[in-house]
Amino acid sequence: MSAAAARSVRGAEDEARVQAALRALAAVPDPELPALTLADLGIVRFVNVREDGTLDVGLSPTYTGCPATDHIAELARRALKDAGVGAFSVRSVLAPAWSSDWITPEGRRKLEEYGIVPPSPAAESARAWRAAAAGLIVACPRCRSARTESISEFGSTPCKALHCCLDCLEPFERFKCI
Amino acid sequence: MNPLHEAPPLYRYVLRLGDLALVLGQRLSEWVGHAPALEEDLGLANIALDLVGQARLLLAYAGEIEGRGRGEDEIAFLRDQGQYLNPTLAEQPNGDFGETIVRQVLLDAFQLALYERLTSSRDERLAAVAEKAVKETRYHLRYSAGWLVRLGDGTEASHARAQRALERLWPYTVELFEADALDREMAEHGIAPSLQDVRSAWNGHIDEVLAEATLDRPADNQPFTWFGKRGEHSEHFGYLLAEMQYLQRAYPGARW
Repeated sequence: MSAAAARSVRGAEDEARVQAALRALAAVPDPELPALTLADLGIVRFVNVREDGTLDVGLSPTYTGCPATDHIAELARRALKDAGVGAFSVRSVLAPAWSSDWITPEGRRKLEEYGIVPPSPAAESARAWRAAAAGLIVACPRCRSARTESISEFGSTPCKALHCCLDCLEPFERFKCI
Repeated sequence: MNPLHEAPPLYRYVLRLGDLALVLGQRLSEWVGHAPALEEDLGLANIALDLVGQARLLLAYAGEIEGRGRGEDEIAFLRDQGQYLNPTLAEQPNGDFGETIVRQVLLDAFQLALYERLTSSRDERLAAVAEKAVKETRYHLRYSAGWLVRLGDGTEASHARAQRALERLWPYTVELFEADALDREMAEHGIAPSLQDVRSAWNGHIDEVLAEATLDRPADNQPFTWFGKRGEHSEHFGYLLAEMQYLQRAYPGARW
């Protein structure tokens, strides 16, 4: 399916609407990780202006089954409406597939502050399904100890895995690398 | 005659992929609240969630190809048994945790091999879904294979039960790789990979896991073939559908 034709030349007014939309979207907090915004997660794909003047907004889903995906689209619509950017439509963009590498440095910092270990580069995980976790040191976000163990590849949300620190004995979460 | 045979080939192929994800996701979700430990409850539920997510994308696409205005929910919940095209293995009952894990390893490895190749499909939409799904599937296989190794290379009892489950489920894997006219047509058009290639990749994953799990690979070429992917299902499937479809059948169009 090809994207709707975008205006080749944008006027100053279009440009202002696009910028306002991007600002509004960037500030939307993730419903599961309220410390992070959609901009931090790198899921705002594009804002284009269609021939008919409608803003065409593309968001990347993180996990196909993530229940937050619909909620995020709804929050985005509300933010765009509040920002008064005019007619718009929000759609989900599958390709290129979202990668945890797209989380911004700011997003990674916030994750860490929140007590969640940021993801390591996705390429390490893609190399092999067997060896991905092997040899990878995941430091405890509380006491910084490198002596930690993996409890489960699946945590409280689709995007997180469960680990435990062998020194301070606290369980902690780590953002999965995809 | 089943009118399904008159449906567009691409619609039927996408149903095969989508129904596998849907039915396996439904089976795994039966574990919610019953798994041996909280972590496994979460793990199986998360995998089920990914699979249902993949099914939504695929069934919505199938509905567009069909062009009769049916959406993902209608396709998922309002078809009859003979119109589901998942491989028979996906609908097999959960059994004990070991049997669920064996079924999961066999199908995770299949989906991984298939999705990896579908990323270069000439059908852009399928390629996009596969690109997304392949990342999740790696996690699924890491989970199921990790458990199969622990069970197979665990106690005498866990080993025996895992081996028994493998013997029981193995014959259903024949169907996964037996290319019929639809598989061949899709491969010729560059939409689907050759099942021969999928099989070699699958063999690689499976042999590696079984060796580490100290389990014996059952003999191939058993005189036993099911064809869920043509709509001919096992006796277990009707019960699965009865539970999955109950709400939409009893309260048509219900939403929440």
